Amino acid sequence: MSVTTAAVDTARARPADMLAAWVRNNAWTVGLLGFLALLLAFTKLILPSYGVTGVQGLAISVLPLALAAVAQAIVVISGGIDLSIGSMMALTSVVAAVLMKGQPEESGVVVVVGVLLLGLALGAVNGGLVVLTRVPDIVVTLAMSFVWAGCALLVLQAPGGGSARWLKDLILGSLGSEWVPKAAVALVIIVALIWIPVRRSQFGLSLYAIGSNRLAAFRSGVSVGRTRISAYILMGLFAALGGLSLTASTGIGTPVPGPYTLMSVAAVVLGGVSLAGGRGGVFGPIVGVVILQIIRTDMTFLGVDPNLAVVAQGFILIGVVMVGSLIQLRQSRA
Amino acid sequence: MTVTTTDLLLEATGVSKTYGAVVALKSASLAVRPGEVHALMGANGAGKSTLVKILTGAVRPDGGRIAVRGRERTVHSPAEARRGGLISVYQEPALIPDLDIRSNLRLTETPLEPFRHWLGELGLGHLDLSSLARRVPLASLRIIDLARALAIEPDVLMLDEITAALPANLTERVLEVVGRQRGGDRSVIFISHRLIEIAAVCDRATVLREGESVGVVDVTEGSEERIVELMLGEIAGDMSAGVVDAAARGRREADARPRLGARGLTSGEKLHDASFELYPGEVLGVVALEGQGQDELFDVLAGSERPSSGELLVDGAPVSFRHPADAIRAGLVYVAADRAEALLMQRSIRENIALPFTTRIRRWGLIDLGGEQRKVEAAVETLQIDARAGSEVRRLSGGNQQKVTIARWVAGGVRTMLCFDPTRGIDIRTKHQIYVLLRDLAEAGAAVLLYTSELKEVQLVCDRAIVIFGGRVVAEIGAADADEATLLRAAYNLRSDAVIPELAAAEAPIEAAGESALAGSGVAGGGSADAAPGEPAGPEPDR
Repeated sequence: MSVTTAAVDTARARPADMLAAWVRNNAWTVGLLGFLALLLAFTKLILPSYGVTGVQGLAISVLPLALAAVAQAIVVISGGIDLSIGSMMALTSVVAAVLMKGQPEESGVVVVVGVLLLGLALGAVNGGLVVLTRVPDIVVTLAMSFVWAGCALLVLQAPGGGSARWLKDLILGSLGSEWVPKAAVALVIIVALIWIPVRRSQFGLSLYAIGSNRLAAFRSGVSVGRTRISAYILMGLFAALGGLSLTASTGIGTPVPGPYTLMSVAAVVLGGVSLAGGRGGVFGPIVGVVILQIIRTDMTFLGVDPNLAVVAQGFILIGVVMVGSLIQLRQSRA
Repeated sequence: MTVTTTDLLLEATGVSKTYGAVVALKSASLAVRPGEVHALMGANGAGKSTLVKILTGAVRPDGGRIAVRGRERTVHSPAEARRGGLISVYQEPALIPDLDIRSNLRLTETPLEPFRHWLGELGLGHLDLSSLARRVPLASLRIIDLARALAIEPDVLMLDEITAALPANLTERVLEVVGRQRGGDRSVIFISHRLIEIAAVCDRATVLREGESVGVVDVTEGSEERIVELMLGEIAGDMSAGVVDAAARGRREADARPRLGARGLTSGEKLHDASFELYPGEVLGVVALEGQGQDELFDVLAGSERPSSGELLVDGAPVSFRHPADAIRAGLVYVAADRAEALLMQRSIRENIALPFTTRIRRWGLIDLGGEQRKVEAAVETLQIDARAGSEVRRLSGGNQQKVTIARWVAGGVRTMLCFDPTRGIDIRTKHQIYVLLRDLAEAGAAVLLYTSELKEVQLVCDRAIVIFGGRVVAEIGAADADEATLLRAAYNLRSDAVIPELAAAEAPIEAAGESALAGSGVAGGGSADAAPGEPAGPEPDR
């Protein structure tokens, strides 16, 4: 009897304690947010006019990258990696653009649903191949990145197509206050609607379990193959969302994959997700994307040679991860 | 018995270390004389591993001093400790799996001839040095690791649970070789949970409790009691306290239906035609030498492997498991010896405990966090898990980790528990808690199958035991008769009046026994053939 009472007491922990516990368990993300705040202050310093327009532009450019990062984070947490996210985004983007061009607004809804299903299917193909052929995921998804990129070119040879008006309106502009860009709201809603239920479900726990220790998960009755495929399917959904966001923000489809694959890996690492699997979440990678994007903007403002800016970005990535790891190390030893 | 400081080979005084809020070592001291085998004892979490890591340079202490041959020194890395004549052999063999043995030796610059010599002494003289480390059985790897350390002739050799999970014949060899290190210029620090080994080879024992050295004991007849008292502190007591008397066990209803029935199970190379029955309310011991098919048996029962032939019955109905999830649904849950195979080391206690039973309760819906929390709390309470470092299971001590692997099944309700050497490398206090828990589970109607490499556990916990040899069940012994000698004879598939081969081998000349049993091959060895004429010494029993 006393056991149950104690358990109920713990379950009813005060919000302040829960917040403290969250901060403790997400120290990396909190640190990242601090770094982001510093960066924003620095941006304001070098460019006093940085304001509403900057935030709007930032949100638009962050959206597809953030969706790619979430997609990558899910696969990496499950102990895998996907190098075809950029190609998938290109393919889903051009399919959406081609199907929506010159069509009535309403049919856009069907197209969007269809493209999301296409994303699920592409993810299922990747996951299925990884699990069934037993070829390493890095090889399969690298190969599939060529396949999906080729398919994108087959669908559309040059940038073109169109986007339904309502789809553009979903992410362009702002909501209420002009400081709240729709793209940011869309990102929050998408991630909240998909990730939070997943995280709290049995599937979410299995996802972390197979990334953490595959044998232990197997012995605990988790179907490892099925969970891995499900992770890739979920990744495909987020890649398709990323593709749609590209079509919506530019109004056309571009068949050549952007830098999204490698940027997603960078954001995942920056966001505190262990490449070995089993650790991290999707919030960190999203903050990571914002940081990477602001650094890029700052470089432009500072008039740094674009080529040099890319070099600097690489070193900043290493630096941030290194400093973060050192702080973590110090904490665990203290 | 006063010894001046300069006489000591290794001396550590007041060594301390804290990890965050957790004090691993408060003030540990250790003084090792030249030519002695010195036992380092303590319950898990007492700070043994931390002290060993500090001595070998893997961890830096917060305070205290360490002196080798009277000269103070700080050791910054295992390589530096090695150069200083201090070598450690850990529980996990430090061999690179993808290199062959010879390359592994070259990696550590081990002289080949002394290595071969020690390998022969340890009973593995026939080992093919060109075989890949990953193909060599675990028990042999440990022996190789030990021979490699001996070949370098360190001043201080540290052996951490070297005999854990070694088959009885190899254990005997290791103890014999360690014992011979006595009286020379060099010393051995010997860590083991098995008091009988301490009594056999050690001169003195330093006991740690809660991060402090609580006493140094001269190991003589009867000193085991004193060591246990020191280790346990106030709660010292009889190991069997709280566990029902062996004679009172082993009774069951005549018409009881077996929870689990195995008929002619065959799997892989080693398990041939094994049959037995497991009843609700009993703890059934499984006893076997290394590699007699017990691993395969548990893999089949837990659903990790499918048997090539034979039949498995649960509550009288035939079942076929394609996946551990099927076995779990049928109520068969598995507790592994190796915690690394069972736990999500970087995840929390909650997630580790919740993993399997959420799988079973609902497949896609949201986890009922409140209900889950209650079950986890109840399981943590039942098993008395120290949950202070609960956010990551890898920070728990070994004993607490093993409790988590058991708690995950207890939380979901146990019908049939398959335990494979669950107390391997665990301190006495936790062992005792596990014994009591297994008995409680059985009293509550669960069926427990317990493979153990520690024979005395059979009388402590089991109602009866089956013995596996050459992949078959060759004997069934009631708890009251299951003393270590009887079990060992049965494990070697000998008649009860035959001489136990490992005892014979210990007395036999070294050269003759040099070709003795390779761990995992299942051959009882040259000694047994001499000792028990007319008895089959090969892997095929006479059935």
